[in-house]
Amino acid sequence: MSKNSFSYVGKKIPKIDALDKVTGTASYGHDIKLPGMLYCKIKRSSYPHAKILNIDTSKAEKLPGVRAVITGRDVKSMNIGFMQDHPILKTDKVRSYRDEIAAVAAISEDIAEEAINLIDVDYEPLPGVFDPIKAMEPDAPLIHEKAKGNLLKFKYKFQVGDIEKAFSESPHIVEGEYQTQFVTHCCLEPCFALASFDPKGNLTFYSTTQIPYLMQNHFSSVLGIPGEKIRIIQPVIGGAFGSKLDTYPYEYITIILAQKTSKPVRITFTREEEFQCSPTRQPSIITMKTACDENGKLTARKFSAILDNGAYTSWGATTPHIMLIGISSLYKVPNIFFEAQSVYTNNPYSGAFRGYGNPQATFANEQQMDELAEKIGIDPIEFRLINANEPNSITPQGFKITTCDLEKCITTAAKRIDFHKNKEPFEGVGIASMMHVGGGGRVYRSDGCGVIAKLDDFGRLTLITGASEIGSGSDTGIAIIAAETLGIPVDSITVINNDTDICPWDVGIHASRTTFIAGNATLKACNEIKDKLREIASKVLECDVNELIFKNGNISSKLEPSKSIAMGKVLRKVHFKSGGEVLTASAFYDPPNEMQSPEMIGNVSATYTFGTHAVRVKIDPETGKIKIKKFVAVHEVGRIINRLGLEGQVEGAIAQGLGFALSENVHLKEGKMINTSFLDYKLFMAKDIPEDVELHFIEVPDPEGPYGAKGIGEAGLIPTAAAVANAVKDALGIRFKELPITPEKVLTALKNKA
Amino acid sequence: MKITINLEVNGDVHELFIEAHLSLLDVLRDKLGLTGTNRGCNQGDCGACTVIFNGKAVNSCLLLAADADGGEVITIEGLAKNGKLHPIQQTFVDEGAVQCGYCTPGMILQSYSFLEENPVPTEEQVKEAIEGNLCRCTGYKKIVDAILKAAEIIRNKP
Repeated sequence: MSKNSFSYVGKKIPKIDALDKVTGTASYGHDIKLPGMLYCKIKRSSYPHAKILNIDTSKAEKLPGVRAVITGRDVKSMNIGFMQDHPILKTDKVRSYRDEIAAVAAISEDIAEEAINLIDVDYEPLPGVFDPIKAMEPDAPLIHEKAKGNLLKFKYKFQVGDIEKAFSESPHIVEGEYQTQFVTHCCLEPCFALASFDPKGNLTFYSTTQIPYLMQNHFSSVLGIPGEKIRIIQPVIGGAFGSKLDTYPYEYITIILAQKTSKPVRITFTREEEFQCSPTRQPSIITMKTACDENGKLTARKFSAILDNGAYTSWGATTPHIMLIGISSLYKVPNIFFEAQSVYTNNPYSGAFRGYGNPQATFANEQQMDELAEKIGIDPIEFRLINANEPNSITPQGFKITTCDLEKCITTAAKRIDFHKNKEPFEGVGIASMMHVGGGGRVYRSDGCGVIAKLDDFGRLTLITGASEIGSGSDTGIAIIAAETLGIPVDSITVINNDTDICPWDVGIHASRTTFIAGNATLKACNEIKDKLREIASKVLECDVNELIFKNGNISSKLEPSKSIAMGKVLRKVHFKSGGEVLTASAFYDPPNEMQSPEMIGNVSATYTFGTHAVRVKIDPETGKIKIKKFVAVHEVGRIINRLGLEGQVEGAIAQGLGFALSENVHLKEGKMINTSFLDYKLFMAKDIPEDVELHFIEVPDPEGPYGAKGIGEAGLIPTAAAVANAVKDALGIRFKELPITPEKVLTALKNKA
Repeated sequence: MKITINLEVNGDVHELFIEAHLSLLDVLRDKLGLTGTNRGCNQGDCGACTVIFNGKAVNSCLLLAADADGGEVITIEGLAKNGKLHPIQQTFVDEGAVQCGYCTPGMILQSYSFLEENPVPTEEQVKEAIEGNLCRCTGYKKIVDAILKAAEIIRNKP
């Protein structure tokens, strides 16, 4: 179907909940008040590493208004996280400043705050270790006693071909070490949780989680509450970006307090607490070596990463899975060696953050491409085109690339940035490409999503799905797909996506999967309804099923347009009689992808997305400030479904990517974050928008995607930092291999160069 | 210690008996149930709590309710009139300037105040005007577009 004939797909359709948000009627977690609700505060560690000798909660318990105080000794030992190394409440030692030692439920936030200040903890400080390299040494302080040393038990390894032979035979080789820093999500809405039990012991947990159904599982297995007694309700979510893909101590704490007090218990983080305690992006220390032959064809790529795991294990430790995507499969490379090792330290632990390791790995990977191009004396654009992936190919990691227009992404980006145009002094251009999953990612046994579609008497379609909305527009994406399929206005569609009691299962909002997977489930369900409608309408209108067109909420005959019936009227005819039926359909879409083998081989996604960023920078040699004069992002998206949403996602991702590249940094002093305010943590701001931003979307419909669409939620920040670093190198002749590239670093480097 | 204050909020007059240390943000959200104004940092750094106080955009988390006594407040709930959106609200919807929406009320009120004083702004002036309003979702581009579009609509109103 040519895109010009779409009514809704690809058009600028406002986000379906935008009206609620611009009028202040949207209800966030922080807005919810339940009768008798208590407020929770958490007592956290005063040391990065210490034995807990004693916890005295007696004064807190006596404070009027306090309803419960809990410590690790009140709850049987409960560990969370996929490594089960993370106690909800710490009993004998603390391993980081985040550590939860006690928690209070009180009738007001102020009283809860006062109560935790009345809790006395006696510590015996232990030496801490804040550098993963130092933590690997045999005499480093031991973070987890039961472990032998600070190396995490599992190690990632992938290899294909003969790496050493390939290097020995390659005439051109570059090597380098690259480091990426701790950054944090900075969701505008601080963390929140609200736990409430009914008299039957059913838990309703209000949460901004990205994994409502997995969360039910986590709570059930850790707390012993039967899964069928757990209901997760998501209020409107004020940003997530991956931070809500695990479950965290504060969530379990509110549930335990709600059980103890038989009252609803709510926690909201202060902004300072949010900075200190919300999981960060996984920092990385990367060593890379890349080689090519005399014609510029890549021959070998070696990647080794040491990852600061922090004190406990969350999803940061699994980022190597996704780091490997670009290392194994971005550009064609026959010989690859990849390894990654996580190391415990007394630093904060990391979680999932948009891109999930790919931005870190691409920062190294795409700089190596430039370095190698320079070494061999080939133009960086030409060098990338020589090695560009092609459609209908299989990569060394077993990824089945179907659609792929990387070549066009590179050439378009190069053209739009005027890559070969003369530059002013201190001006430079840089380019970097990316590859990511675009059709889901089978990291759990299921990658599926359920959708129930229900049409009513008035032509209103309700889509009921477990695919949550975190601000990225998945609600609108599936509404547009449904609108296009059934020919009804988007305004006639309601999306219900926030209640595990009502909505069918979805694995979670991650891996840029939702438009693709929830979209396909929506398509399936709507097509089923459409088939039923065709049957009924053909009888009512007395014409052939193949004559029928669905447009503007009506079903009409294309041969005799006067033969027409409104959607709702069809439904009334179907059910408003004896022996009637209603029009609902349900679908569960689980994409044709596979889990990877222990050797990390397997087609983990149903399709892959490619893109290229190009940036023109101008550096002020007096201040070291890097100004982005022009930013070009070219992404192949299969098919644009939600145009406004797509642009918004890429623009927002670019802003996060530029922050990652230039200014964001969690400053840790012996494990404690010291810049815990927006004043000191430098986010990208309105005045930082590049003078000129161009977005280009290449549409080559994907065979599996709904209307040909691929996922795009993360792509927009994966190559950003690498493109900036390459541009800065071009401008100054200095390559920055450590993020962020701050004015201070630029000035120091310029001084050293002089 | 509790005090009595008077506030006119969105045209409604209130007499409130409140703890003296509460901020205007606390009073709006917790005493008046106007939860449209969001708390992003409580430190005056993010702008999510922006309201119009006596005609000027302020971070309501930094204003003591006691100091707001006798004043007039407009919150996001009071911007639309008789069910009709203010042009800024409309352009935010139409231009795709809303994603998670947490910064949106503050962003809209900041823009409202700015456009009252600068009806013909340049793009640079708009970016400067919303400097104190953080957004983590949109990258600001569509927000700036929405504000410029709203300025045009307001200018062309008969």
